[in-house]
Amino acid sequence: MAQAVSIKNLSVIFGKEKQKKEALELLDSHSPLDVRKKTGATVAVKNVDFEIEEGELFVIVGLSGSGKSSFIRTLNLLNRPATGTIEVGGRSLTEMSKDELREYRRNDVSMVFQHFGLLSHRTVLGNVEYPLEVQKVDKEERQERSMDAIKLVGLDGWEHHMPNQLSGGMRQRVGLARALTNDPELLLMDEPYSALDPLIRREMQNELLKLEDEMDRTIIFITHDMNEAFRMGDRIALLKDAELVQLGTPEEFFKNPANQYVKDFIADVDKTRILKVRNIMRKPTAVAKLGDSRETILETLKEKDMQFIYVTDDKRYFKGFITLEKLKKSKAKTIDNLVENDKTQIYRNDYLQDAWGKLSAATFDLPVVDGKGRLRGILNHDNVVDALAK
Amino acid sequence: MFRIMNALLEYPENFTIDVTGPIDRVVDWIGETFRGLLDAFVVFFTFVLDNVQWTLQIIPWWVYILVVGIAGWRLYKWPTGVGLGTLVFAIGLLGYWEGTMYTLTIILVSVMISFVVGLPLGIFMAKSEKFEMILKPILDMMQTLPSFVYLIPALMLFNTFGRVPAVVATTIYAVPPLIRLTYLGIRNVDEQVVEAGTSFGSTSMQMLFKIQIPQALSTIAAGVNQTTMMAVAMVVIASMIGARGVGNDVLRAIQQLDVGTGFAAGFAIVFLAIILDRLLQGIANKLDMTAQEGEDA
Repeated sequence: MAQAVSIKNLSVIFGKEKQKKEALELLDSHSPLDVRKKTGATVAVKNVDFEIEEGELFVIVGLSGSGKSSFIRTLNLLNRPATGTIEVGGRSLTEMSKDELREYRRNDVSMVFQHFGLLSHRTVLGNVEYPLEVQKVDKEERQERSMDAIKLVGLDGWEHHMPNQLSGGMRQRVGLARALTNDPELLLMDEPYSALDPLIRREMQNELLKLEDEMDRTIIFITHDMNEAFRMGDRIALLKDAELVQLGTPEEFFKNPANQYVKDFIADVDKTRILKVRNIMRKPTAVAKLGDSRETILETLKEKDMQFIYVTDDKRYFKGFITLEKLKKSKAKTIDNLVENDKTQIYRNDYLQDAWGKLSAATFDLPVVDGKGRLRGILNHDNVVDALAK
Repeated sequence: MFRIMNALLEYPENFTIDVTGPIDRVVDWIGETFRGLLDAFVVFFTFVLDNVQWTLQIIPWWVYILVVGIAGWRLYKWPTGVGLGTLVFAIGLLGYWEGTMYTLTIILVSVMISFVVGLPLGIFMAKSEKFEMILKPILDMMQTLPSFVYLIPALMLFNTFGRVPAVVATTIYAVPPLIRLTYLGIRNVDEQVVEAGTSFGSTSMQMLFKIQIPQALSTIAAGVNQTTMMAVAMVVIASMIGARGVGNDVLRAIQQLDVGTGFAAGFAIVFLAIILDRLLQGIANKLDMTAQEGEDA
């Protein structure tokens, strides 16, 4: 899959220009705390490297002061990195001109803020319209698109209310709708649910997962809550004192915690209720596409020592499976007429508990699909047992 | 020995510099160099003042009572409306209707100039730290310098007695709160709101007109209110350079030790101040979105 965001050797330093320069020289050889003592500059993010995949829900977790907020703010350049490169969709942010940066912010990225950041002098609709208004989209179109976003987050009927007439959860829905109107590739969420009470938070998390499942968007989500991180994330990056401690799927965190700090951090996490199918699913060894030639697929199966293969169409929609036997017997040119479908599939956002019924009976890999029915991975009984045993 | 001791105890008499001469010369120089411009200024503002005054006077007295009464009722509750309407009537009863209209003209024109000059200055001050560093001490000086001091140069520069130098002196005295509160209002806009604006790709003009000014509006309105109150206070002093109106009545009463007239005219000014203050305060409150139903969840 394409890399949506690629971050190399990124550091963020706060302070006066002179302090920053000094800090930069000491950065590699000293801890952030020592740099601060010596120069007075604060190292918020230190030498962070990672790649975020297209369509991924990537969670960054850490305590306050770990640098997670400073980090996410570099992705729309609200913070300028001191060193390092950030590439989004192959374009380097730090090399953008002022105009390019503005276009990038208008079209490709948007942000949801912890304290909502709503314009209190505008109605819900006025807020949601704002990103289109600055682009001078004409009134009719922007109202139509804004209403779509408002409906998407379940606020229709409230569009003419002022933000201060809404509850916290509803205000954050406005924030989310506003971030979706410009249809960004990259959605940045800076502790969006931290200011909400636990019940509402849970509800909002589930809604976001549902939304995320229906759209192709890379989401970067910041939280200080490990439970939230594990419930939401495809992959999780744990930051501590400006540095990356561990990066991986929830499963990998449980399997190989990098150090004692990580162990302590995940100690409170109840994994049976948090691990989802998507967290432990695997990538299929090989997938066939409608229209592929029978010969090629037969070869692939032999080569990889597989008994059957899953089949999708061009857009990754799940179509069924073909067994090795059937391939061997047939004389057809393409595989199209050999596809069988017994409708056994699991949904990637199910918690393991819920998927267990289907999984416990399966000795082979089951297909994992998303809300639209696209093949996202595979999973079998043993994978689940392994994940829970650790 | 004794001489040295003395010099340490008392400030030496001859150890002074004379700044009065240079200041005089600067004022004179300005007056001579920009004569044409200053004269044009006088003509223009006389024209503005005449028109504002003509407008104020053509409106019948009972319309004022009605409009102020209704405004008070809409901005607050009906008792406030009745109260404010009564105060308007009281000014007439005291016999200062004409004088108050004259005074109100000077106040309104001063506030208008203050707004046109003060708002952009406040915005620049919020946007540029350098400009802030320059302007802040000047504002401090404008507010602490005894207000009488403005009168003489205003008189000399414009080479005329009456309303125009009065308006200029009043504006200089009254504009600082508007600049300061505009600056404060824009600086105090919630940081996340500004960040949100940036993150959606606003230009700095869009940021200013769609986010910062609307968010700062109630603070700016409070600035207009304070500026108006300062202008009311300055009006009596400005009558020393020939502005007529209620201020002049107070001044004459002082000169003639006429206690009765002094208080009567004084009350007219107080009533005018209360009416203006309540109305402007009400508008500022209405503009403050965050204050109403501000239940945080």
